[in-house]
Amino acid sequence: MDRQRALLIDITRCVGCGACSEACKTANKLPPETEKTLSATAYTVVQEKGDYFVRDLCRHCQQPTCVSVCPVGAFEKTADGPVTYDGDKCIGCRYCMTACPFSIPRYEWTSRAPLVRKCIMCSERVKEGKMTACSEACPAEATVFGWRDELIADAHRRISENPDGYYNLVYGENEVGGTNVLFLSPVNFADLGFPTNLGNAALPPLTWEVLEKIPNFVVASGVILGGLWWLINRRATVDELRHQTGESHPQHPGQSASTRTHQAGGESR
Amino acid sequence: MNRWTEKLTFWRIMFVIILAVGMVAGFRRFYLGLGATTGLSDQVPWGMWIGFDVMSGVALAAGGFTLSALVYIFNLKQFHAVVRPAILTAFLGYILVAVGLLFDLGRPWYIWHPIFFRNPHSVMLEVAWCVMLYLTVLAFEFVPAFFERLGWGKAVKVMKIGTPILVILGVLLSSLHQSSLGSLFLIVPNKLHPLWYSARLPYLFFVSAMSVGFAMVIVESYLSSRAFRKELERPIITDLGRAMMVSLIFLAVLRGQDLIGRGSLGYMFQATTEAGLFWLEIGLGIIIPVILVAIPKIRSHPQGMFYAGLSAVLGLILNRMNVSITGMAAKLGDYFPSWEELSITAMLVALGFAAFAWAVKNLPVFGPSPWTGTVVITPALETERVARQAELQPARVSIQ
Repeated sequence: MDRQRALLIDITRCVGCGACSEACKTANKLPPETEKTLSATAYTVVQEKGDYFVRDLCRHCQQPTCVSVCPVGAFEKTADGPVTYDGDKCIGCRYCMTACPFSIPRYEWTSRAPLVRKCIMCSERVKEGKMTACSEACPAEATVFGWRDELIADAHRRISENPDGYYNLVYGENEVGGTNVLFLSPVNFADLGFPTNLGNAALPPLTWEVLEKIPNFVVASGVILGGLWWLINRRATVDELRHQTGESHPQHPGQSASTRTHQAGGESR
Repeated sequence: MNRWTEKLTFWRIMFVIILAVGMVAGFRRFYLGLGATTGLSDQVPWGMWIGFDVMSGVALAAGGFTLSALVYIFNLKQFHAVVRPAILTAFLGYILVAVGLLFDLGRPWYIWHPIFFRNPHSVMLEVAWCVMLYLTVLAFEFVPAFFERLGWGKAVKVMKIGTPILVILGVLLSSLHQSSLGSLFLIVPNKLHPLWYSARLPYLFFVSAMSVGFAMVIVESYLSSRAFRKELERPIITDLGRAMMVSLIFLAVLRGQDLIGRGSLGYMFQATTEAGLFWLEIGLGIIIPVILVAIPKIRSHPQGMFYAGLSAVLGLILNRMNVSITGMAAKLGDYFPSWEELSITAMLVALGFAAFAWAVKNLPVFGPSPWTGTVVITPALETERVARQAELQPARVSIQ
C-alpha cells in the first residue's frame, strides 16, 4: 500500500482546550457552538473522561466498513488516507451508521433532505499537501499529522521512552485492520470508553465472503432447479401420455422445453 | 349474514381511521423530517420501518417462492390451490416493503440510485436489486389472474409458457434476498448480541423465511375462508402445517447447532432481556407451532392450524426485530417507535389487507387456477362474470 496520511492523538498531551473542534467547525463551515458529542454539525469533539480529555472523530479505517457497506458507493477511501463522502449519491439507508464499528457517522435528522456527516480528514487540504485543520490548531501537539508509518514508529518510541506514562498499545495500529487515526493513552483504552472488543480483523470480508459466492450460487442453483423441473415434470408428462394411450410409449428425446410446456399446457390433445 | 356485514363495516371504519392517521403521519414525516417524527437517532439509525416493515415484510412474503417451487418444480399438485394466494401475498408484501422504504430512506427520491451507482461489496446493493427484480418477477407471476378475470385466454396461455422460467427466477431471487437480509448483519459482530449474531445468519434467515412462508399461507387461507364464507380445503391446510413443522424443526436444529458451535448456548440461561426475548421468539416461532401441528386433532382442525401458523408468524417477526433492533440495543441504546412510525406501519399493513381482500373478491385467487385446468370460482362471481368465464372455458378444459 502506498504511504498514507494519518493523525496521532496523544491523550497524555491533550489539555482539553477544544481548539481542534473549533478549527474543524471553521474549516467545514459549521455552526460555531461547542458540542459535547459528535453530531451532524460537529465532526470532532473533545470529551472529558475522568482525568483525561479524549477526542472523538472518524478513524479513517484502512479497510473502512462504511465504504464496503454503502450500496451506492458514496464513501471512498482516498489514496492519501482520508475516507470521504459524496452526498449526491447517498440515498439515506443509514447502513453506514449501523455498520461502523466505532459508530461515528451522524445524520442530519432535522433536514428534509438529510445527509450523513462525519470527519473527512480535511481531504481537500490533505490533497494540497497541507495538514488537517485540527492538527494545525492544536497548541499542545496532542494531535499531530503525518505519514501513518512514521506516526506509528513515533508512537512506539514515545511508549518505549516513557513506559510508565503510557498504556502499551497504539490504538488504531491494528484495530479492525488498522485505522488512520491513532491514539496513545496513559490508561487502558477501555477506561476511556474505547471499544476494545473489535479485534484486529477488518470487517468488510465478513460480508464479502458471502457476496462473492452469489454468481456461483445463481448459476449452480439455476441449473439444479431447471434440471429438477425438467426431470420431475417430464416424468409427469410421460406418465400422463402413457396413461392416455394405455401403454408404455417412449417419447421423442429432442423436444424443446418450451414446446413441451406448450403442449402439456394447452394443446396436448 | 348480518353478523358478517356488521363486522365488515366495523373493519371498514377501522380501515378509514388507520388510513387517515397514517396519512397525517406520512405528511409529518416528509414535512418535518425523520428526527422529529421517529424514535431514530444517531445511536439507533434503524428502527421499526426496517425491523418490521422490511425485515419481517420480506420474510412473510416467502410463501410465494416456497409454494411456487413445490408446485411447479417439484410437481406437488396438492398445493396448487394455494400458490396464487401465496404469490399475491408475496407481491403485496414486496410492494409494501418498497413503499415502507420510501418512508424510511432519508432521500427516497434517489431510490433508483442503486441501479446506476453500484458497490458490489455492499449487501445493501444486493438487497436493493433483489427487491427490484423479484418485484418484477412477482408482477409477471400474478398478472395472469388479471388476464383470466378479463377473459384474455390467449394472454393466459402465453404467460403459461414462461411459468417455469419465472418460477426458477423467483426462487433464485428470493433465496438471495431472504438470505441477504441476514447477511446485512454479518458486519456488526461487535454490536449484535451473541444469541443472534452468527456467521450463519444468511442461512438462518433463509430457512426461517421458508417455514414462515407456509405459516402465512395457512393464516391467510383461514382468514379468507372466514371472511368470504368459503369452505377451507382441510387436506391442504394440514399438508401446509406438516411442511411448516418440518421446516421449523430443521430451523430449530440449525439454531441449536449454531449456538453450540459458537459456544453461545449459555447466553440462553442468563437473566437478561435478550435471553427473555430469545425464549419468547423460540417459544412463539418454533415450540408452540411444532407442538400444535404434532397433535393430530389440532392438525386436522383449520382453526388449530391457524393458531399454529399465527404463532410462527409472530415468532418470526420477533426474530427479525431482535436481530435488527433489540439485539443491538445493549450496545447502541434504547429505541421506541414514535406514533408516526407505528401508524405509518399500521397504514401499510391495512393497505395490504385491503388489497388482498379486494383481489380475493375480484380476481381468481383462491381455488384451482386455470393453470391446472379447472374453472376458478371467486366469491364475487356474478352472472356477468360467469358468462365471461364461460367464454374462456373451452381453452381451459383442453388443458386437462
